Amino acid sequence: MTIFLAQVFAILWKDIRCELRSKQTWIGMGLFALLVLVIFNFAFDLRVDNKASVAPGALWVAFVFASLLGLGRTIAAEREKGSMDRLMLCPVDRKAIYLAKLLGNLLFIGVVELVALPLYAALFDVPLFASALIPIVLLGTLGVAVIGTLFSAMAAATRARELLLPILVFPLIVPVVIAAVRATATLLAPVANDPPWLGLIVAFDIIFLSISMLTFGYVIEE
Amino acid sequence: MNQAYLEIKGLKKSFGLKPILRGVDLELKQGERKALMGANGAGKTTLLRILAGLTAPGAGVVHIAGLDLTRDAQRVRQIVGFVGHQPYLYDELTALENLLFFGRMYAVKDAQQRARALLHRVGLEKRARERINTLSRGQLQRLALARALLHSPRLLLLDEPDTGLDEQGNELLKELLNEHVAQGGAALFATHQLAHALQLGDSIAELDKGRIVSIRGGVDPCDAVSSGEQSLSGGQVGPFLEV
Repeated sequence: MTIFLAQVFAILWKDIRCELRSKQTWIGMGLFALLVLVIFNFAFDLRVDNKASVAPGALWVAFVFASLLGLGRTIAAEREKGSMDRLMLCPVDRKAIYLAKLLGNLLFIGVVELVALPLYAALFDVPLFASALIPIVLLGTLGVAVIGTLFSAMAAATRARELLLPILVFPLIVPVVIAAVRATATLLAPVANDPPWLGLIVAFDIIFLSISMLTFGYVIEE
Repeated sequence: MNQAYLEIKGLKKSFGLKPILRGVDLELKQGERKALMGANGAGKTTLLRILAGLTAPGAGVVHIAGLDLTRDAQRVRQIVGFVGHQPYLYDELTALENLLFFGRMYAVKDAQQRARALLHRVGLEKRARERINTLSRGQLQRLALARALLHSPRLLLLDEPDTGLDEQGNELLKELLNEHVAQGGAALFATHQLAHALQLGDSIAELDKGRIVSIRGGVDPCDAVSSGEQSLSGGQVGPFLEV
């Protein structure tokens, strides 16, 4: 267990260090998320009565699309110059590789969200820390990252990875995105007898995290 | 005579419908350095990648130090060092950071000390804190050798290890191989050049169209272990054994 965790954090440390030096992922993701929020702010008529129906969608479109930019990069970077072989050569549990990549993706997306959320709150006039927005964002992001990390490993082995990744990921994250959008909308305009959206996201995260941990080894083996 | 350290029986591998290895039988003893020769496409790289645990075998049995390559893959990876066509290093990290990262992956004790000692051994101690995208091809190959030796593997697999190396680099490669076998390790390396095969190896296995067609040489590896220095560097080729 100690070696497993040491390997997870070694891969995570390596990914963070590589990203801090190359700056390829964070800047692209961050700018994309900010641009989407600004464009949506101007594109829609944000009156008080329709804010609840527009603002949550804008937030999650920005997060999901920005996340996909980063998810594609993290494992694609691993595939370049020596492919996944660098890690596959090592006596490292494939679950440790998945967990490290997932934590790295969560960190990258988390930083982007940290920058984008205050802008979102300002542009859409949404109370940022007043309610349960933070856990919704965290759990929704985890759901996107869990699926995205698994499928980015699959797509990275193909030539058309930029095209393939969204095609593979979007259908699968539909439940978590719908639940996250509806949960966010409920915060802005509470609805009576609303389904437990947050519970749905938690269930989604647990199921797909378990499946991903179990199947990642098969996905990356040649 | 030592027992076979690496034992390959009936190893087959196909990519799609194209067979690459058609039943390879090969043995490697402790303290032995075997060169693997063959034309392009003969299957040398595929064979080495299978032994390194990077490619799954199609059929056949491979035992390394008594461990089954498929069933005990993780334990096999711990005792195998591999240098391939790519250096398998991270461009954004420095030479030292690369070795420290792989040290953690292999759970090497005193990784810092071991990494620095290896950087010194391969002549890169002055470039230790430079990102590796500033290194030349030959220096990258030296660093790749250091990476492969970091966890003190018992079996070294080298795919054209002389790529990019200058004369000094080739001399270093020969010394590292000698040290490796002197410590009881074994090495299997692929090369296109007969001169390198004779200089670095105790015996030469020739691979043709996915089969071992001949084994030349065959100096008793026990002697190599005891003397710490044994090769056919004099240009003498041992008896030719048709397989």
